[in-house]
Amino acid sequence: MERVLTRNIHKENSQSIEVYEAGGGYEGLRKAVTSMSHGDVIEAVKKSGLRGRGGAGFPTGLKWSFMPQEKTKPHYLLCNADESEPGTFKDRLLMEQDPHMTLEGCMIGAYAMRADACYIYIRGEFVLGARVLEKAVTEAYAKGYAGKNICGSGWDCELVVHRGAGAYICGEETALMTSLEGERGNPRVKPPFPAQAGAWGMPTTINNVETLACVPDIIVRGAAWFAGIGTDERNTGSKLYCLSGHVQRPGVYEAPMGLPLKELIHDLGGGMLHADRPLKACIPGGSSVPVLRAEECDVALDFDSLAAIKTGLGSAGIMVMDTSTCMVKALHRISHFYAHESCGQCTPCREGCGWMERILERIEEGHGLQQDIDLLKNIADNIEGRTICALGDAAAWPVQSFVTKFRDEFQAHVDEQRCTVQGATYA
Amino acid sequence: MTFDPEFERRVDALVGRYPEPKAAMLMVLWEVQREKGWIDPESEAWVAERLGTSPAQVHGVVSFYTMFKQKPMGRHHIQVCTTLSCMLRGSDELMDHLKTRLGIDEGEVTADGKFSLVRVECLGSCGTAPMFQLNDDYHEDLAIESVDRLLDGLD
Repeated sequence: MERVLTRNIHKENSQSIEVYEAGGGYEGLRKAVTSMSHGDVIEAVKKSGLRGRGGAGFPTGLKWSFMPQEKTKPHYLLCNADESEPGTFKDRLLMEQDPHMTLEGCMIGAYAMRADACYIYIRGEFVLGARVLEKAVTEAYAKGYAGKNICGSGWDCELVVHRGAGAYICGEETALMTSLEGERGNPRVKPPFPAQAGAWGMPTTINNVETLACVPDIIVRGAAWFAGIGTDERNTGSKLYCLSGHVQRPGVYEAPMGLPLKELIHDLGGGMLHADRPLKACIPGGSSVPVLRAEECDVALDFDSLAAIKTGLGSAGIMVMDTSTCMVKALHRISHFYAHESCGQCTPCREGCGWMERILERIEEGHGLQQDIDLLKNIADNIEGRTICALGDAAAWPVQSFVTKFRDEFQAHVDEQRCTVQGATYA
Repeated sequence: MTFDPEFERRVDALVGRYPEPKAAMLMVLWEVQREKGWIDPESEAWVAERLGTSPAQVHGVVSFYTMFKQKPMGRHHIQVCTTLSCMLRGSDELMDHLKTRLGIDEGEVTADGKFSLVRVECLGSCGTAPMFQLNDDYHEDLAIESVDRLLDGLD
């Protein structure tokens, strides 16, 4: 398999513009701004079948086409580098090791949508990533890939790195805009959609880092090349998979869209961490998506294959759990996360996430009540679909799937008033 | 209260990056925290004045984002990730060790002001778990021994 997104990361000085250019870098931007119309670029991305790598899997070219064709006010592109979904660490790798690939994708996207500026919103904890990006942005300005008269085309666009400060919710696209404007990161009701009224009320599009990093090669090598990689025409391109948990070799692996989950765990990941502890469960798309039992893990890692078994590719954070894992404890940890990260605007999410966390805490500590398992499911069902943004769903799906698929284990915790999992240690 | 001219220049440059001054809020608060170690009420008022908003608005922002410190913390600020992937690889044991070694609980600062310890949510380092962030830097693939060596070497 040819590496596309990670082809530069092992090169010496992979962060420098010289190394990036020597590998053909910025040819895509030059080609776009000097020989293609804005519409041509959007059409190429549409034909490539590229779908958003941030979690929702929305077709990128289609999203771009929602921006106004007639320009009457400033347009903005926001690069979502607020990578915070538990289990996900691919954008960090791209930004820290090969920042120019992302910057080139940003500028091509900005050109396609006639943006006046592209803001890269990077999570506050990624201090190194922000430093690397800042340096790369300075280099890009010096070489004429950002700022005035880009590649001699007469087109101007600013490129700015903006740091978050610790809030998962700011990865949600409307919260990201609110945060960028200098507010608490509260999501907004849609409509209006960002392409109509986004950042500062202007037409705006928000794309994930990996999504934008795919774009330069689509422009240089063609939409058909990209569309030829992957499972089918709806699941295309090269993909970064983040593998963590109970495996021998956790890390970021690049493979075609549709990599079999078992191949990721057992071949690329070197198999289970302990030979005597087989696979028990796996979360395939970051902690928000429904968990899979071991027997459900013969599945391809792409949008539609995972949707078909009622889970999702999400942000491709694959979290592997072996038989020593207590599912009550695992879910408690997940629910703690969402309770901590709820922005507090919507009552079902603000109250429900805390309530679920407290119930899980008492089950884990051996004080669970017989009605608690059904109560958890009931609360989750009443959060799902009843909030401004998807954080409510993200908090509900793990609860619904854990208590349904591992009900016996939750029941045993309540009946026995303790954990009954053999060898439940985590080192 | 005042900041030195160099600080003011940095703030001006940051404000110039955005269509509206208030958008520079997080970046200016980062500068304040770098200068002072935390964000005190007087600085919140200064930022409000500078960006054309109210101190209440600024405090609302400071209190929303977990990385802004609302009180002075240790010189070496340890932020331990304990979310699922880190938990599966031993972050609870790591946290217990740090509490014992430093003699403080989560959210506390050692009496000499050298260390502070907090639990944080997923830091996006799940493939190199367990890990913590020490001030700006990530320390990954941690074991009790490597943590002890690291902390022994700090002044």
